[in-house]
Amino acid sequence: MTEPEREVIRIRGLNKRFGSTHAVIDVDLDIRRGEVLALMGANGAGKSTLIKILCGVHPADSGVMEIDGEPVNFRSPLEACAAGIHTVHQIINDGVVQQLTVAENLALDEICRPEGPMLLSRTAITARAREIQAILGLDLPLGRAMSELGQAERQLVAIARALSHDPKVLILDEPTSSLSEAEAARLFALIEDLRARGVAIIYISHRMSDIRRLADRAVVMRDGRTRAEFPKPLDFDGIVHAMVGHRVSEGTRAAVSGGRTVVELRDFALTPTSAPFDLDLHEGEVVVLTGLIGAGKTELAECLFGTAAPHAGSATIDGKPLRAASPQHAIAQGVFMAHEDRGNSSLVSEFSVLHNMTLPFLRHFSKLSLVVPDQERRAAAGQVGDLAIKCPSIDVPIGSLSGGNQQKVVLGRWLIQPCRLLILDEPFQGVDIGARQDIGRRLRETAAGRATLVICADLEEATEIADRIVVMRDFSVVGGHSIDGLSLDALVAEISGAGAHATFA
Amino acid sequence: MSTQSPNPAAPAAAAQPDAAKSAFTVKDFVIKFGLLIILAVMIIVFWRLEPAFANARNMFSILQAVSVTALLALGVTVTLAIAGFDLSIGSTAAMSLMASSYVMVILNQGTLLAVIVCLLLGAFIGFLNGVLIVKGRIPDLLATLGMMFLLLGLQLIPTGGRSIAKGMTLSDGSAATGSFSETFLALGRYRLFDMVPLPVIIMVVAAIILWVFMERSRYGRVLYAIGGNEKATRLAGAPVERYKIAAYMISGLFASIGGILLAARVGRGDVTSGSSLLLDSVAAALIGYAVLGAKKPNVFGTAIGALFVGTLLNGLTMLNAPYYAQDFVKGLVLVFALLFTFGFASSQRR
Repeated sequence: MTEPEREVIRIRGLNKRFGSTHAVIDVDLDIRRGEVLALMGANGAGKSTLIKILCGVHPADSGVMEIDGEPVNFRSPLEACAAGIHTVHQIINDGVVQQLTVAENLALDEICRPEGPMLLSRTAITARAREIQAILGLDLPLGRAMSELGQAERQLVAIARALSHDPKVLILDEPTSSLSEAEAARLFALIEDLRARGVAIIYISHRMSDIRRLADRAVVMRDGRTRAEFPKPLDFDGIVHAMVGHRVSEGTRAAVSGGRTVVELRDFALTPTSAPFDLDLHEGEVVVLTGLIGAGKTELAECLFGTAAPHAGSATIDGKPLRAASPQHAIAQGVFMAHEDRGNSSLVSEFSVLHNMTLPFLRHFSKLSLVVPDQERRAAAGQVGDLAIKCPSIDVPIGSLSGGNQQKVVLGRWLIQPCRLLILDEPFQGVDIGARQDIGRRLRETAAGRATLVICADLEEATEIADRIVVMRDFSVVGGHSIDGLSLDALVAEISGAGAHATFA
Repeated sequence: MSTQSPNPAAPAAAAQPDAAKSAFTVKDFVIKFGLLIILAVMIIVFWRLEPAFANARNMFSILQAVSVTALLALGVTVTLAIAGFDLSIGSTAAMSLMASSYVMVILNQGTLLAVIVCLLLGAFIGFLNGVLIVKGRIPDLLATLGMMFLLLGLQLIPTGGRSIAKGMTLSDGSAATGSFSETFLALGRYRLFDMVPLPVIIMVVAAIILWVFMERSRYGRVLYAIGGNEKATRLAGAPVERYKIAAYMISGLFASIGGILLAARVGRGDVTSGSSLLLDSVAAALIGYAVLGAKKPNVFGTAIGALFVGTLLNGLTMLNAPYYAQDFVKGLVLVFALLFTFGFASSQRR
């Protein structure tokens, strides 16, 4: 066992930019032997980019990274592996080959070694696979095809493979997200064993229970920077503050109290095991739905927009039953939704700003099914003006706009026509602060004739636009707070919850 | 966890205003007009080498030869627009050829019925393709490949694998009583003003209708949107499944029109007539990507692509180039056209 406390990785002043996005800003980080470092932060905080720099996927733009005192500059993941940094990625299926057997997957690095033998003997592979699974004390069906295994077993295969290299640093990205309690317990025992052997472990998870159980230290990232470091014993409310609300100002704006009730949810249960809840959304009011990742925010929105069905309960819109079987039906009933991840879910990258904006409402700009260019252009140009979208013309490709302006186009699309309920899922992700304010302003300006539901995990963003903040936890609504006299502490406590199963946003 | 990954389009975009400012480069010009220039050069070269090439009658012969390929290519363009593909167009056309012959020669029916049967058959084949892809979740290439084989076999079953001609002996020993009507044959042979072949007119009209549909109607816009981002289009409220099935139906319909015109020109249900149609029309549609730098399937490009292939083949034939050289040259042209579209375009983005 090597001396603990010694840094195996030392990072100073690390920076990484992608185009206009500054993903990692001046990050300093030490990782010591024999400790489990919990790396935390909301989506888009820069954790992924930092990890990708560590494991050689992206080169850093500037900054120093030392391993055991030696400066390193990885040009490929292979170099990182050679230096002893091994990663088990969140998406397990990226790390295993479905068509091969479990044994072949375990021994994959051996098989792929360029200087290895040309002909593979099945017995040699099986022997090597046995060795590897012995490290973890596993007993996997070596002869089965990988595709026949469950998610948890695949995860264990990926971890076992990483461990077979005797890593100095093991990076685990959301390793328990698809594991059962028993499987997670096995993984935790293993991690504790590795820690005792002096391996440095970077543990990324939104699961509070994992962090409680394992972490020796927690580092919170936000907006590309490391914001706070928490030594043991960890201060969990402090971690939540650092992640979602460090600049939240309480009670700066008076809430608009809602008018007529638009949407009524009664005894609404998202899953068979989640608690049923009631929720009313009113005309003119902006409601922010907040909560940690996996709290069920998006799932609730999907039930309203017709891409998912609730387990139980009723929903009405303007007193009539809301029964949307598809986005098409939802839109016809007056429910519009701008999804999270605009690149994959909202925008057609080949299309211009104009064509992206008008896509759902072409019928309104058409005569005899032919699009009338004048009407279409006027509508789009109107939104460009109202939202202060910065673009040379509405005919430029959508990809030429910055993230913030692309998001404005997505919002503009759904403001072209009036609706009864507008849902925005994380509209401020990857959006600069100026665009964020423009979006918030326009959202409030247009709020009068409809109910507005904004999903937003970040409390700073939430308090900027909300009249009312509704908190979700464990797939159920657990509380509502008017922005008037909002108590941040109460809100944070409600979000993190007393239960050990809360997960982080 | 993935929101920090860079928007792949962003760097391209950042570069674009600069490119626009630095005026129109030679490369831009080549990407935009390269193919049209090559077409013009080709016509001039063929004309200098063989003066008969450029007379009006030969020009219209080229167009007539091109018209069937072009119709199939127009149909496949619609499936390419939704990021799909239809490999069954060639055998759909062949099916339509055999079906029209069967209806007239063996069932002794008239032109109208033959045409209607073919069109319905084409649309139905497209419908089946669409359902296999959308509901059966079979990848487009594989579903239409399967359909291609299925049709190649099916079209031979009613006649026991023989071509259909006037007076042919039927399986019960009697002779076929029907024949191709004059009206039907005119579809493939009539020349307006004794000059412009009817198939060319049908093809041009079909191309214009399809151009309006794809470029000016809201349906076309949605089809392209599906090709660009199917999920986003569904979430924007479009009934994506129905659009996709419709795209394959259009493809099948156009292929069946092509088959009718081919049957009318050949005047018999020849089992081998449709064999080269698939490759030629796919080549035309893909060459179309490079026309005017469209970089996407487009109706105008497809029409030019078909003309390009037809001119090349006609010219080579006139110069007595061997048939095997023609396929080689076609392949060469296709590879270069694709390089225009994808290779140069992506290097421009760096």
